[in-house]
Amino acid sequence: MEEEIHHGPASSTDYISHHLTNLHTGEGFWNFHIDTIFYSVLLASIFIGLFFSVARKATSGVPNRTQNFVEILVEFVDAQVKDCFHGQSRLIAPLALTIFCLVFLMNFMDLVPVDLLPEIGLMAGIEYMKVVPTTDLNTTFAMSISVFILIIFYSIKAKGGVGFAKEIFFHPFGKWLLPFNFILKVIEECAKPVSLALRLFGNLYAGELIFILIALFTLSIGANELSEILHNLLTPGSIILFMVQLLLGLIWALFHIAVITLQAFIFMMLAIVYLSMAHDTH
Amino acid sequence: MSINVTLFVQMLVFLLTVWFAMAFIWPMLVAAMEEREKKIADGLAAAAKGEDSLSDAKNEADKIILDARNQAREILDEANTRASSIVEEGRKEGSSERTRLIEKAHGEITIEANKARDELRAEVSNLVILGASRIIEKEIDPIKHKELLDKIVAEI
Repeated sequence: MEEEIHHGPASSTDYISHHLTNLHTGEGFWNFHIDTIFYSVLLASIFIGLFFSVARKATSGVPNRTQNFVEILVEFVDAQVKDCFHGQSRLIAPLALTIFCLVFLMNFMDLVPVDLLPEIGLMAGIEYMKVVPTTDLNTTFAMSISVFILIIFYSIKAKGGVGFAKEIFFHPFGKWLLPFNFILKVIEECAKPVSLALRLFGNLYAGELIFILIALFTLSIGANELSEILHNLLTPGSIILFMVQLLLGLIWALFHIAVITLQAFIFMMLAIVYLSMAHDTH
Repeated sequence: MSINVTLFVQMLVFLLTVWFAMAFIWPMLVAAMEEREKKIADGLAAAAKGEDSLSDAKNEADKIILDARNQAREILDEANTRASSIVEEGRKEGSSERTRLIEKAHGEITIEANKARDELRAEVSNLVILGASRIIEKEIDPIKHKELLDKIVAEI
């Protein structure tokens, strides 16, 4: 965040739009966001690697630090699930754990200095790179739609096909307002994945954007040569801008620690609540 | 910024992660945690049980000590009674023995004294007869005066 090295034309608009463009291949629907996929696979691997390495040699004796840390998370998630969800399910607790950890890790990429990884990518010849998978609508919708599918699945499983159909058509206003019930229910159900995805995306996208905007302060210092950068940096105006960027970046990063954790927690909590609502018969 | 095939790739990634967590992570961790919970609960129960049995044993020990003390006291009492009765008996026996011995001694003494007296008497009568015969050798015929002499001897 502190230091801006920018190659090529360094206008603010270019800088921002460059940062908001995914590394992609393919056109239209067959457009793969390679950076999003790469980072989510990487982070999922970190999550699985850490938890699996602990789970494989989990001991019921005195746990070591890593196991302790993992168990705190497991216990925390388990407590939330047990609070909300009263049915029997082997899926919901691990699902909640995965959501929390994965969303947190993805969000955490937001705290990595905004230019660090893209610049390293540039050196390796990768032109575009968005490092925060949750600033990609595809990621947030992927998770929320997966949760939505599970909601439908659990509704049908708990109430049966007929019961679920009854709930769709005869709630809340009885059989005389059947079409209205149906529309209401569809809106209600669809609002769940949409709100889940957009909330997470909006928070993280805005956070990322503010990091980018803070980085703009010293954009003018950027140059191709290191000596030039040092020369530019030594003017009084640059020093002030540099200090302002440093301070704002620090404040925003500290604030953002709370935001990313909170968003991960909210996503997990709402998924649990929606699934337990699906499970409960009215 | 657009929705595209990345969505489905991401769904796949997400669902695979969830599946992996459900299959290989969560059950192991929860099992280990539950086992530890059970171990701790068992340990606490065992500790409580140990405490209970300790206090039980203490009570038992107290009871045994009390019993032993009572028994000891009884034995002591009995021994004392026995001792005093033995002493009493001994004393009684001793006193009767003494009386018997004394009586016996008395009897012996009496017999001895009578005997001695008889002997002495015979001796004296002999001596008297001897003396008298010496004095009145001629005068007295022992056969003639036997009755008189016997009377004298009896009187001595």
